[in-house]
Amino acid sequence: MKIMVAIKRVIDYAVKIRVKPDKSGVETNNVKMSMNPFCEIALEEALRIKESGLASEVIAVSMGPTQVVDTIRTGLAMGADRAIHVDYPGTLYPLSVAKILKALVEIEKPGLIFLGKQAIDDDCNQTGQMIAGLLKWPQGTFASKVVLDKEKQTAVVDREVDGGLETLCLDLPAVITADLRLNQPRYATLPNIMKAKSKVIKKLTPEDLKVEIKSDIEVVKVTEPPKRKAGVLVSSVDELIDKLKNEARVV
Amino acid sequence: MEKWRAADRLLKFSSRFASAVNWNNSCKSKQGKYFYSVATTVHRNPLFSSISPDDISYFKTILGERGVVQDALALDAANTDWMGKYRGSSKLLLQPKNTEEVSQILKYCNSRCLAVVPQGGNTGLVGGSVPVFDEVIINVGLMRNILSFDKVSGVLVCEAGCILENLISFLDDEGFIMPLDLGAKGSCQIGGNVSTNAGGLRLLRYGSLHGSVLGLEAVLANGTVLDMLGTLRKDNTGYDLKHLFIGSEGSLGIVTKVSILTPPKLSSVNIAFLACEDYTSCQKLLLEAKKKLGGILSAFEFLDSDAMSLVLKHLDGVRNPLPPSIHNFYILIETTGSNETFDKENLEAFLLHSVESGLVANGVLAQDINQASSFWHIREGLPEALMKAGAVYKYDLSLPLEKMYDLVEEMRVQIGPAAKVVAYGHLGDGNLHLNISAPAYDDNILAKIEPFVYEWTSKNRGSISAEHGLGLMKAAKIHYSKSPETVQVMASIKKLLDPNGILNPYKVLPSSLFSQN
Repeated sequence: MKIMVAIKRVIDYAVKIRVKPDKSGVETNNVKMSMNPFCEIALEEALRIKESGLASEVIAVSMGPTQVVDTIRTGLAMGADRAIHVDYPGTLYPLSVAKILKALVEIEKPGLIFLGKQAIDDDCNQTGQMIAGLLKWPQGTFASKVVLDKEKQTAVVDREVDGGLETLCLDLPAVITADLRLNQPRYATLPNIMKAKSKVIKKLTPEDLKVEIKSDIEVVKVTEPPKRKAGVLVSSVDELIDKLKNEARVV
Repeated sequence: MEKWRAADRLLKFSSRFASAVNWNNSCKSKQGKYFYSVATTVHRNPLFSSISPDDISYFKTILGERGVVQDALALDAANTDWMGKYRGSSKLLLQPKNTEEVSQILKYCNSRCLAVVPQGGNTGLVGGSVPVFDEVIINVGLMRNILSFDKVSGVLVCEAGCILENLISFLDDEGFIMPLDLGAKGSCQIGGNVSTNAGGLRLLRYGSLHGSVLGLEAVLANGTVLDMLGTLRKDNTGYDLKHLFIGSEGSLGIVTKVSILTPPKLSSVNIAFLACEDYTSCQKLLLEAKKKLGGILSAFEFLDSDAMSLVLKHLDGVRNPLPPSIHNFYILIETTGSNETFDKENLEAFLLHSVESGLVANGVLAQDINQASSFWHIREGLPEALMKAGAVYKYDLSLPLEKMYDLVEEMRVQIGPAAKVVAYGHLGDGNLHLNISAPAYDDNILAKIEPFVYEWTSKNRGSISAEHGLGLMKAAKIHYSKSPETVQVMASIKKLLDPNGILNPYKVLPSSLFSQN
């Protein structure tokens, strides 16, 4: 069985984000970019499944401009067998990503698609769900534990939900999105970085896949959240009640 | 990211406080004296006065009620060093808010012959920042304003009480960095860094504070304020006195303001954590790194297998980057440049070549900032891990590179099974941090370490204190690394600037030089 893992190149999560002066987006010039942490976790899980003998191959997929290849190389250095780069210069929203993935799935025919639960730049949390809908495959999102059964061709997924944990049994092929506690991703070792140099990255365009990119969403404005105001010391209970009533208007 | 920093500081503070409390309990019998009973004992100088109620009233008129601290708990913390090894019995902590207040306090103390200890973040490792007896503690922590920053030249002017990490954050927003970085950054203050000529992790790239400090303001023992707060890169007018204060550990004056040249923050930072089989490979790797990575090399640190095992055992949130085994030596290489793609390719090519030529057994390359921080955490967390492991005897030595690890191996033979010898340090600077970790402080173990370690270092023309300073710990040991004539001149300078010897007495220079005649 092949596993396909979708990975995204985002601003490194430790970087302090700055909004562009024209409020059209976030400053990405000269800013450190890396693999989305949840995608890293998804890839790590796929690699562990392959290492346990339940899958034959892990294919890393990423979409975007040329720089995305850096992130793909990280994926290969972690241990993915080969990769696909869908070259597209602009921004891709979840539905477009899902449509492209669907086209790739029809070519590669994997038994499992792994994604991060959401990207830390847009926090959409939609792509996994959408691809499952397009393919009409079962989905296990926010996975904190995945156990495959080769004979029964199922995946038992523990999901992190508001109330606690929910366990689902999915028939393969299926879509799983990774949550934080699924695993701790490995580091890229030098021998693996060396091996990665000879691994294949196939380049495709949306046109090759016969997918039309049109977005129903337009980003109008990006602003910083309002700055936290300093706290105020009150001198009496009466003053507190007055402020709660007349300023904060919560009483 | 801010939340992470705040939580990290809280964790550091709580573990430090916990360890201070631990040692207080176990060493109550030795209150007032320091823990090394084998070394020469120090006697309180009878010429120093003791605090009187009149003194307290006077200080209160200068500093106000809040600036004069006599609270037992606060005094306890200020009397004890970071390692919980040195404990004074001062009854008075003063907290001036500006240079004028420092000047008035010192003038008064000098006239009354009251000994003082200048104190900043109290993170020093040689007992230099806490009283030996009842010296008055003058803590500059409240003087923490940033006075100016020139965005073109990168010159930062600030007060001595600014915490290093806060300065780093401030500069981060401006696109600059501090030229020094050390594990204690969350607590140490720039005044203390300058007074001890702190080295740190980036000396390899940005040089020592003697180069990056452009000016400072210091107050002498008699209250005279020396304004040497230049912001000029070049100024050859007369004797450059600021260098006397950089590294004199508060014994010649109290640093109140610092003017420092800060380098621009470069965007491309890469870090690799490597394993080597033997020390010879480590040395060769350093040479190769300097040749091939030259311009972008910003840190080259090493730790040995005992150090790695210790960190994995005692530090939270740390995992072995190269599981499952522990290798003999680990090297941490950091590069900082302005072109991400170019730097990463350069570093990768260098590392792959090192693996192919057998210098490096294995290694990992950080793929994001989080992984980079975790590699640094292993190296920076070593002092904390050593504290948690029990008692630690710390030695900070500069040695010729090829001899450095010989000392570690000979020490292991000397000590035997009684304690663990852990080695790590700034290999790129030739600076070894030799730590002997024992379940408890034991004079028998100390006898095996000293004077062996100092004699060995002296024989190989090394320094018995590469960056930590002499403090109280090595006050009588300067002759291992400096000639008698040199030390005599130092004593003359001390007598000139501080005739009553009230500034940080019993430390840095041997007391025998100042015997009353």
